[in-house]
Amino acid sequence: MVVRRFAPYDKGSRFRAMTSVDLARWQFGITTVYHWFFVPVTLALSMIVAIFQTMWVRTDNEKHLRLTKFYGKLFLINFAMGVVTGIVQEFQFGMNWSEYSRFVGDIFGAPLAFEALLAFFMESTFLGLWIFGWDKLPKKLHLATIWLAAIGTNLSAIFILAANSWMQNPVGAVYNPATNRAEMADFLAVLTNPVMLVTFPHTIMASWMTAGGFVAAVSGWHLAKLNKKSTDTVGSALRGKNEAAHRFAAAFGAWALIASGVGLLVSGDLAGKIMTEYQPMKMAAAEALYETEGGGGACANFSVLSVGSLDGKTGQTLIPLPCVLSFLATGDWHGKVEGINPLQQAYAGGQLVNPDNKLAQAYQGKLAAQHITDFAPYIPVTYWSFRLMMGMGFLAMAIGAWILWTIRKGKLPSGGTWWTAAMITVPLLPLFANSFGWIFTEMGRQPWLVAGVLGTSTGVSPGVTPLEVILSMVLYTVIYGVLAVVEVGLMLKYIKADIPVVETPRSRTRTTSSPSRTEKG
Amino acid sequence: MIPMATDPSVLQIVWFCLIAILWIGYLVLEGFDYGVAMLIPILGKNEKERRLIVNTIGPVWDGNEVWLLTAGGATFAAFPAWYATLFSGLYLPLFLILVGLIIRGVAFEYRAKRPETKWRNAFDWCAAIGSFVVALVFGVGFANFIIGLPVAPVTGNPSLFALTPAPYFWQLFSLFGLLGGIVLPALFLFHGSIFLALKTKGEMHDRAKAFAEKIGLVTIGGGAIFLLWSNLAYGTGVIGWILLLLAAAGLAAAWWFVKQDRDGLAFIGTTLATLFVAVGIFVRMFPNLGFANTDAANQLNVVTASASPLTLTIMTWAAVVFVPIVLGYQAWTYWVFRRRLSIANIPDEPVNEPATVAG
Repeated sequence: MVVRRFAPYDKGSRFRAMTSVDLARWQFGITTVYHWFFVPVTLALSMIVAIFQTMWVRTDNEKHLRLTKFYGKLFLINFAMGVVTGIVQEFQFGMNWSEYSRFVGDIFGAPLAFEALLAFFMESTFLGLWIFGWDKLPKKLHLATIWLAAIGTNLSAIFILAANSWMQNPVGAVYNPATNRAEMADFLAVLTNPVMLVTFPHTIMASWMTAGGFVAAVSGWHLAKLNKKSTDTVGSALRGKNEAAHRFAAAFGAWALIASGVGLLVSGDLAGKIMTEYQPMKMAAAEALYETEGGGGACANFSVLSVGSLDGKTGQTLIPLPCVLSFLATGDWHGKVEGINPLQQAYAGGQLVNPDNKLAQAYQGKLAAQHITDFAPYIPVTYWSFRLMMGMGFLAMAIGAWILWTIRKGKLPSGGTWWTAAMITVPLLPLFANSFGWIFTEMGRQPWLVAGVLGTSTGVSPGVTPLEVILSMVLYTVIYGVLAVVEVGLMLKYIKADIPVVETPRSRTRTTSSPSRTEKG
Repeated sequence: MIPMATDPSVLQIVWFCLIAILWIGYLVLEGFDYGVAMLIPILGKNEKERRLIVNTIGPVWDGNEVWLLTAGGATFAAFPAWYATLFSGLYLPLFLILVGLIIRGVAFEYRAKRPETKWRNAFDWCAAIGSFVVALVFGVGFANFIIGLPVAPVTGNPSLFALTPAPYFWQLFSLFGLLGGIVLPALFLFHGSIFLALKTKGEMHDRAKAFAEKIGLVTIGGGAIFLLWSNLAYGTGVIGWILLLLAAAGLAAAWWFVKQDRDGLAFIGTTLATLFVAVGIFVRMFPNLGFANTDAANQLNVVTASASPLTLTIMTWAAVVFVPIVLGYQAWTYWVFRRRLSIANIPDEPVNEPATVAG
């Protein structure tokens, strides 16, 4: 079996042969971006449903129970996809990246095992109890099950983000020459990685923005529909109840969107500074900053838009924001931001990506054997994904504010094309901002799997043939495509449905002998 | 070069056993829900009956599946080289397992979401076929772990092992491998039909019982050949024969008790049989993890594949604290949903089905 060497990005030629590494990367990209279409909604919507149910238990207001049931159903449709696409994630490290798995498993494996043991058991078991337990559990115990499921779900984010953050900044690890791999030195350092400390809040708030946008959009759409619907099709009492429920949910979602948007600005700003500290090349790539700018009284500008060749080399900035890049990267309006070219030169000359990192220091002697010559990521992707992430987030916040304005003081949206378009885009904008954020983070780490230590081409499975990867990739794509159609169809069906009319669930004590309703949802 | 095999440390043995326990948890628990899912199209004659069958495992199947994910995660953390070599080496079989898990998982969640018969039948087949594929591939897989998957260090990277020759696919389907692929789905069907009998009353119970009696004979026959072959060709000495006898006793008892309408005892029978078969396989897999090393000087085994003592220690503490907690709340789930279901429990139309879409 011939292990193909990593061909450095040939930015000059438009076409080049796909290598095993490219295929494994595409596979990881496709399956991970797809998986992450479902995760953000799951993370925050589980909490939102738990909050709605808590409000019902505390106030006994039927409105909150109806919202719990309505959004609970949408949550479950989404959750199922997150679960089944998530299994692929845990397996494909070993399948496509065996040398990576072997090299990092002593550190990277532990968070994954913790995730399964602590989080997956909790979310799946308690969600089962929640779905089927409406008539079987006392009210408060049943409420506890959705909270435990939501906590389990969010707990899984901690562990997987700790694992990912370690790839960005491999702390708490040493190199053991006898086993030729990275080994754990300090697990607490892995869990309190500075990258992790900003990535976790950033990811959670991005989830809240997505789920907030989703709830605001669904209920906002219903409000416009209720506004148009004449009272004779729906009883006026019921119509009033439906309106009250959706008004509450739309405001709740829009506020969640805006508040998390503010949180994303703060955490994103911190993330920028952490990134500059540990992965300066990624910061330079985010701006396509080829030469060092700022420092010594000058500052580095941030370009909102630029035109020119896609690789950014001959770019012409259209809208510069003076000194913003300096601030974003360093916290100082005149801070120095290193450019791609000097960084490339320094790394090619043997300088470590993070000179203070113990693992990188110990592994330094082995770096040359990985034959990495191009230390910059693919700039068009990093430049544009960074801007799309932010731009979509800002636009979603603006729509959130518009929703709040429209439904203020008992007013109803009058619907129309613009309103419908806004309702369609407001959940999708943060969702795709999530995708672009991760594409930026992962593509921006290239050419490394573990920043400054293990090259991407070194980590790939040597025994796996391109045919196996292509075959599985085609089938994944087909299955995921079919599932997407099924999922979106179900989502639309249940989004458009009227908010359910509920009877208060019978408590266990009253109905031990009556047939239990065990049908799902 | 990796240091040569010394004696395994206590931590390495503990983690090998813990991974075996996670696998046993998976095989015992998800084993019956695979069986039940395969029975949906076989025993469910109409939509209500099929919903009844699905509902016996509805609240628990996802939690059962996490045993597999935890076994995978624990292997990654505790024996990174085992995880790396096994998962990359068995690329296509694992891909088939993933496809099976995806379609069955979606099926349980989505089948009730639309009223159309076509929709529900399609997902019932997804659940049944997905479960069958996973059982089949694991059956072939475990048979090959018993034989020993040939591994060698990768040229140019003596720390990493790969199956040899790569890709290693058609070699999996030896006669013994194929027998494993028949016996495991049969065992799951037996285990699952007993669970279904245990969880239902009325006609469904009787039908599940009748099926269990038939598939029980197949399982006992196939299992006997498999276990005898395994002990004769890939034996582990006295302990292997003792485990064979215990597994056989479990299967025979299960078959006997299900005939006597003692469903609970029958379920304990298949549970113990599954457990003893799994223990037998893991005894065989120690210390070479189901691999057959072709390079005597550089071997992949429980010592060389293991994580560092620090990682194993951290993981041990986590397991000591959290495994009992998980067992506790999973057991509670089974308690909450302990009642037998019958067709009378299944409403004519799903409750709270949203009103027809207006507009």
